[in-house]
Amino acid sequence: MEKPKVAFFDFACCEGCQLQVANIGEGLLDVLGSIDVVEFREVMSEKWDKELDVAIIEGSITNPHAVERIKQIRERAKVLIAYGSCATIGGVNGMKNNFSFDDIRKYVYGDSYQFFPTEITKAVHQAVKVDYFVNGCPIYIPEFITVLKAVLQGIPYDVPDYPVCVECKLNENVCMYDREVTCLGTVTKAGCNSWCINNGNICYGCRGMVSNPNEKGAQDVLTKYKIPMDLVLNKMNMYNKCREIF
Amino acid sequence: MKKNVNISVEYLTRVEGHGNIVINVKEGKLDTCRLDIVEAPRFFEGMLRGRSIFEAQHITSRICGICACGHTLASIQAAEDALGITPTEQTIKLRKLLLHYEMLDSHILHIYLLVAPDLLGVKSFVPLIGSHNEVVRRALRMKKTFNDLCDILVGRHVHPISATVGGFTKLPNPKDLDAMLDMLKGMRPDMDATVELVTSLKFPEFERDTEYVALVSDSSEYPFLMGAIGSTDGVRMDKRDYKKITNEFVVPHSSAKHAKLCRESYAVGALARFNLNSEKLHPKAKEVVTALGLKPKCINPYLNTVAQLVECVHCLEDAISILEDLKGNLNYNEEIVVGLNEHGRIPVRAGNGVGAVEVPRGILFHNYEIDEKGIIRDANCIIPTSQNTGNIEYDMMKLVPEILDRTGEEITLAIEMLVRSYDPCISCSTHFLDIKFINA
Repeated sequence: MEKPKVAFFDFACCEGCQLQVANIGEGLLDVLGSIDVVEFREVMSEKWDKELDVAIIEGSITNPHAVERIKQIRERAKVLIAYGSCATIGGVNGMKNNFSFDDIRKYVYGDSYQFFPTEITKAVHQAVKVDYFVNGCPIYIPEFITVLKAVLQGIPYDVPDYPVCVECKLNENVCMYDREVTCLGTVTKAGCNSWCINNGNICYGCRGMVSNPNEKGAQDVLTKYKIPMDLVLNKMNMYNKCREIF
Repeated sequence: MKKNVNISVEYLTRVEGHGNIVINVKEGKLDTCRLDIVEAPRFFEGMLRGRSIFEAQHITSRICGICACGHTLASIQAAEDALGITPTEQTIKLRKLLLHYEMLDSHILHIYLLVAPDLLGVKSFVPLIGSHNEVVRRALRMKKTFNDLCDILVGRHVHPISATVGGFTKLPNPKDLDAMLDMLKGMRPDMDATVELVTSLKFPEFERDTEYVALVSDSSEYPFLMGAIGSTDGVRMDKRDYKKITNEFVVPHSSAKHAKLCRESYAVGALARFNLNSEKLHPKAKEVVTALGLKPKCINPYLNTVAQLVECVHCLEDAISILEDLKGNLNYNEEIVVGLNEHGRIPVRAGNGVGAVEVPRGILFHNYEIDEKGIIRDANCIIPTSQNTGNIEYDMMKLVPEILDRTGEEITLAIEMLVRSYDPCISCSTHFLDIKFINA
């Protein structure tokens, strides 16, 4: 059987999720044994402009050129994976949507701002149909391997739709609220094995919100610890600003 | 016959981010020679306005996945400078260790996966899996080890978790310290093999004298994390005067600004650090320098990759020394919980702070202005690649006329290799602004 043709494409992002592929180590050679990577600009000079079995998309859609490019990729890809927070939920690029675009362009580029067009930051599924989502900033390698296996077998992958708290409890972390800081694990999709809290930091919500957050429970927590709502909403906007686009 | 050459490389590969090369020679005369930076601007400095200074490191780490630890450290240094925090000795040691890991990880990636394919005559590391399987395995093994070291020290390499303003939210336990030491010592044979590989490669011969800029200091240590700003033209300034160094200006074809100091352009990165601080390298790194015949001031930009190798040897040995020093001496009471500093455990004041840190591709500046509540009012990040872009163009202008007798394909490859030797990080370099500080 011919190996499926896979390509990586990057849009507005830090390319850290692509780098996570290199971080798989020698195990990468096993992955490469079952797929045929035909384009991956960050590490390969080879290019491919024909049909693709799998397109892996990193980054957000932030300008008219990107909209056209993602549409063309979608047309020639049988399966399209949104890969990393910038692609799945807009990620940190979404913070730009808090500002007037002329204002933010002038702030960064001064009088030359007209050279640098931008438009509202979108997640990939807000521009084209997405078949699989690999969340996270950066992506969590074990989850990516699981998704890749599902893609190759042609079966669906369901992102966990329960909060990070579930995994965090199993990891026996002391709750960040009990350590007197505000954490977004209560409303954020699990699947990262509570990566940040395991390392003493808080959850920033990089995997996106669960579809049915326990709002009442979350509000009780905020009341109990005397945390103002706008602080939480502001934190939410670091990664999840693009959820407002529909 | 006078030659016409028209080269347009769209989406230069094996670099971080999106850049195009445009070269036009009309009747033997160089008409156009540009490195276009076409990365979609992401407006980081603009987005930082209004956010808490305690979020700055988390956000700016996302400027770049390759040098996420470097951005984190520059950001923390700027934030602590603005807040008036002096880090503890232990915190400084751990940060130096983290920076060594980052340097090793990034340099190894560049040497093996991005540069070696050119020198071995292939388009990427993929064909090398068949022809040089041991080399590819070694590269991936080393990459994975540095990644695992970062996992232990700060949670992960791409966007470190536990390094924050004030110190570390999690400290490595005694077993972790032992594990890291074993991993680093176990790396020595692979590092020796890497030195052997690079020694066997033939780098292009090309020279152009330019100004090199890097951190310098009066201590005997090879400076990565702290120091003043120095140049091979004799400039020395405090980090707070960084804008007098970079003198940024906008060019229409690039979403990265250009920089100049004493000359029309300057260079930063491993070669700049080597040229300014080579006498401070670890003795084992000096042995490699001697073996390779590298001498400061070296003005062949292709040899930046060789300088990276020298730094790899230095960082590996110095990381081992730092760990041996920390072993059994870590004070776990220094572990902190920060979040957004909701409970004001860290005193907050209005201020303006600068971070200047040597990251793999050169000196990186972060600068924040915060109000009395610790909210960011102004932000500025000046990235190594944007400082190098002008210098790369001047290199291309000298190189192209020297190699006009070659085929278009050969010229293209030589130019691509030149740009790649700087290890440009274009996704990083598109975040700039014209700032006007209120109380600068």
